[in-house]
Amino acid sequence: MPIQRDLKIPDRIQHTVATAPEPGDRASSGGATPHPEARAPSSAVFQTKSTDPPLALVSGEALPAIEIAYQTYGELNDARTNAILICHALTGDQHAANVHPVTGKPGWWTTMIGPGKPIDTDRFFVICPNILGGCLGSTGPASINPATGTAYGLDFPIVTISDMVNAQVRLIDALGIDQLFAVVGGSMGGMQVLDWAARYSDRVYAAVPIATAAWHSSQNIAFHEVGRQAVMADPDWSEGRYLDRGVIPRRGLAVARMAAHITYLSEEALQRKFGRSFQDREALSFSFSADFQVESYLRHQGSSFVDRFDANSYLYITRAMDYFDLFEEYGGVLSNAFVGTRTRFCVVSFTSDWLYPTRESKEIVRALNAVAANVSFVEIDSDKGHDAFLLEEPELFATVRGFLDSGARRRGIAERA
Amino acid sequence: MLKRTNLGATGNRADHVLIAEMVDSGARVLDVGCGDGALLQLLEDRRNVDGRGIEISRERVNACVAQGLSVIQGDADSDLDDFPDNAFDYAVLSLTIQATRQPKPVLENLLRIGRRAIVSFPNFGHWEIRWQLLTGGRMPVTANLPDAWYASPNAHLCTIADFDALVTAVGAQTVSAVAFNSSGQRLPINRSIRFQNLFGEKAVFLLERK
Repeated sequence: MPIQRDLKIPDRIQHTVATAPEPGDRASSGGATPHPEARAPSSAVFQTKSTDPPLALVSGEALPAIEIAYQTYGELNDARTNAILICHALTGDQHAANVHPVTGKPGWWTTMIGPGKPIDTDRFFVICPNILGGCLGSTGPASINPATGTAYGLDFPIVTISDMVNAQVRLIDALGIDQLFAVVGGSMGGMQVLDWAARYSDRVYAAVPIATAAWHSSQNIAFHEVGRQAVMADPDWSEGRYLDRGVIPRRGLAVARMAAHITYLSEEALQRKFGRSFQDREALSFSFSADFQVESYLRHQGSSFVDRFDANSYLYITRAMDYFDLFEEYGGVLSNAFVGTRTRFCVVSFTSDWLYPTRESKEIVRALNAVAANVSFVEIDSDKGHDAFLLEEPELFATVRGFLDSGARRRGIAERA
Repeated sequence: MLKRTNLGATGNRADHVLIAEMVDSGARVLDVGCGDGALLQLLEDRRNVDGRGIEISRERVNACVAQGLSVIQGDADSDLDDFPDNAFDYAVLSLTIQATRQPKPVLENLLRIGRRAIVSFPNFGHWEIRWQLLTGGRMPVTANLPDAWYASPNAHLCTIADFDALVTAVGAQTVSAVAFNSSGQRLPINRSIRFQNLFGEKAVFLLERK
């Protein structure tokens, strides 16, 4: 999901609140082009060769050529057995453990990935690609459509979680890696982990799906639809051709982000952090300005998101999540997705996550038990909601570290250098 | 549950050491009610098993996984139905059957999931327990069963003779059975069930389907 969602942010809201979109504020359209990172990323870029077959998509369409921007950390060992693929969430990107080129903030999983961290870059070779359909350098709706010379916009085909994974397979092939030691991801990243494990089990030694589900629930689809409608209701969206017109649907995308952000938290966390506290004022203003800290916080989340994310990408990626249904894909019986699997699984959920509640993780565990797969399942007690997977959660770190270390011993991967 | 643990030469519990002897190297083992994972760890270290655990306490599960063991949170009474037949070479229920709500279906599940089942339990037929009940007229409290009746997690205590009858009732047979006295020593295996039932503080049964 977001790059950095620091719940302590109210302290810093004061000077950012002025840029937050106020209702009725029509002078907020900023940049006219996507951020340069969308088309000229600072990351390494994998490009398919002209001799490669097109990437066939689940929809039946195909992309003749794709680019996947990615970051790597650590070194691939000689046996090529120590690679870990990190799958990012809806609004995440490849900048998991480095300073983000757009925001200047630390990557979204610097707590998890790095030297001596649970995903130890002194021991493992970590690869984090921007997903297909993303907007930080991988082929997506903000990319130039070779057929027209302008941004794809809504001419970009609908992509699915499986399409994203198939694109990652091309990258992993190009890096010369037969089997990934692990595929790790939270939320939508967890969906990619499950898809990898289901369709490429021989290429995944260990899988860590965190705070995720084997399908997108009706409630989750509903929230996504609200977000998409907010984007599309913004006149600046221009039926998806906003880049041609030099505008950005800032207000619509910000509202989408604000609504979504609530779903990443928990009522308890919101109450604890903000309560009914006022923002820079002593009393109610009897207006619609941001009287409450929680309003100011959400407006900040909305406005800062717009600066780093493409609105059409948001539409496409939320759609990919909505379409994800591993039950349906395997004839209504989830365990069919994992028959004969030799992958070791570690499923993680959080008690206060109501977007991807524990019962969804338990469905995955039940399906894995039904095929006697090697599975660990940890539910972590946290009041931080869905966001917990991105935050300081010592039990999450201990779980991932213990699971990866024992797997690495079995796989014969040398201790950290 | 055990205040006084019986330590083998290496610091492992005597019943765990025995279970490790019963299990073939490299076997697939499911430990139901794996607690802190001590038995699973012993089996992985000594027998190189492919081990899996189920534990009801979330804290213990998380500690096991952090330690590198494959463990899920679950309940012997409700979650064994998920597993397919013959998924494991051994299904182990170590000092847990007396705390289940329905010991018979649990044992049947164990024998369905595992080619063989290993069950250990505290023996309520031990002479000390009999003596306390006879002389005091109240539920016994011993080092092996340290909780008062109202605070005990144990819902279905049984004697070695009772368990032997249950084995027959579920259509299984005993491959071997060993009782331990209160010092953690194995009782002579050529002795009768009556002897074991009087002097055994806990017992370990290796079972298979008939």
